[in-house]
Amino acid sequence: MRRGLVALLLVFAASAASAQPNLGPGRFEFDGSWVPTQSEDVSNDTVPVDYMALPLSEAARTRALSYNESQLGMVERQCEGWGPAYLLTGPFGMKVSSEHDVKGGVVSYTIAGWEDKLPLVIWMDGRPRPSRYAEHTRTGFTTGQWEDNTLVTVTTHMKNAFIRKNGAPSSDLARMTVRFKRHDNHLLLIGIIEDPIYLAEPLVWTRDFVLSPTALTAAPVPCIVTFEGTAPGNEVPHWLWGRKPYMDELTKKFGIPQDVLLGHPETLYPEYRQKMSERR
Amino acid sequence: MRAIVLVVLFAAPAMAQQQAARQAAPIDITGQWVAFVTEDWRFRMMTPPKGDYTRVPLTPEGRKAADAWNPAADQAAGNACKAYGVGGIMRIPGRLRISWQDDMTLRIESDAGMQTRTLRFAASAPSAAPTWQGDSRARWDVANRSLRVSTTNFRSGYLRRNGVPYSENAVITEHFDVAPHPQGGQLLVVTTVVEDPRYLLRPFIVSSHFKQEKDGSRWNPQPCVAVW
Repeated sequence: MRRGLVALLLVFAASAASAQPNLGPGRFEFDGSWVPTQSEDVSNDTVPVDYMALPLSEAARTRALSYNESQLGMVERQCEGWGPAYLLTGPFGMKVSSEHDVKGGVVSYTIAGWEDKLPLVIWMDGRPRPSRYAEHTRTGFTTGQWEDNTLVTVTTHMKNAFIRKNGAPSSDLARMTVRFKRHDNHLLLIGIIEDPIYLAEPLVWTRDFVLSPTALTAAPVPCIVTFEGTAPGNEVPHWLWGRKPYMDELTKKFGIPQDVLLGHPETLYPEYRQKMSERR
Repeated sequence: MRAIVLVVLFAAPAMAQQQAARQAAPIDITGQWVAFVTEDWRFRMMTPPKGDYTRVPLTPEGRKAADAWNPAADQAAGNACKAYGVGGIMRIPGRLRISWQDDMTLRIESDAGMQTRTLRFAASAPSAAPTWQGDSRARWDVANRSLRVSTTNFRSGYLRRNGVPYSENAVITEHFDVAPHPQGGQLLVVTTVVEDPRYLLRPFIVSSHFKQEKDGSRWNPQPCVAVW
């Protein structure tokens, strides 16, 4: 009887191992193509002054309101690409692949780049985080580890960049934690961005993806610098304080209050809805 | 004897859920939670314009129903809670109070709309008539450290406040997850999957997040209203 039970357990263990080699107990298959459901707002970057639903600090608001998107036409900025925060806010699918060591363990996952979104490498081999003084890059430095059946990644060492393409900034001190959690063929991302300079409190985002039956084709289009309307020179396109146009575009269109569009943190809580009702 | 071993191996997880859902909980979702509206702000904190169903994959019949939205008629007919039903309640900016009603039943109260949901881990007879919150059956996904909830027997309602519909025959599945918040406490993330061939071309999936609060001092019960 005891031998039978042991054999039965071995069969269970062997079948589990063959289904998910080298992933470890309870860990899901992350490799593959994941398509965003896009049923919640995406990007929010089509209107110049739309910092709605962000808990911006005063410094962030000041910087965002000086930002001019013509900066993207400067020859030295055309190929910068967008960093890891765009993973959460952008409209892209995720094509995930992994690298393995000689024993089959996962050394890293890579979420492929897509047009102007840079690839994200998640180091799974336990390597230490670089010194805070180490080089900061557009993609930053990302490590990952499994917490039960959740992949938890932490990204630091990002350059001063943007959390929204219309100018809401992120600093080089920002830290992004993302939890990847799978429910059936649905992948939930819970993202938290902490930024002591530009966020008044941590920004929480969630995104939903579904497993694609067909492989996504990553599109890391090589960037070719060309003239895009901003002549080379010493000037960086910008808006002086109080001169940024389009301030009331969404107010006129949808009646959204200015303090919402400017990313004041109190607008993210239910009390603000009550306040809006009382204003009417 | 071998048959007995197999029965024990396969039945044990189910029996554990049956015997003590409260004790078997792999995560703790009880407590006081506040919606942190960093997504879909325009659709949640305001009543969007009639006919604005951006990013909802409606069928032609769904669009027709949304275009016919009449909040005054809803209010007059006692249907002001249509946006607070099981398919939409997690998107309403407000607070949740989650507690164990007994060892096999979780209770979720919302201050916005003053709704109450009961998530039952044990089988029970369906309610006599459909309600806004329906009958919810819960089970722990222990390996995934998550709570899975399936709800049936509910009244038709709105996915968004401006009359974007789901029907009474929809299949609604939710996943409740928690994650640590860097400033202390937890985040609660509720993923709602609505499958409704009548009004939706494909499943409508949204995830709503809440921050844990230390106490109930900001609990502010408000009745359902058809339009803000």
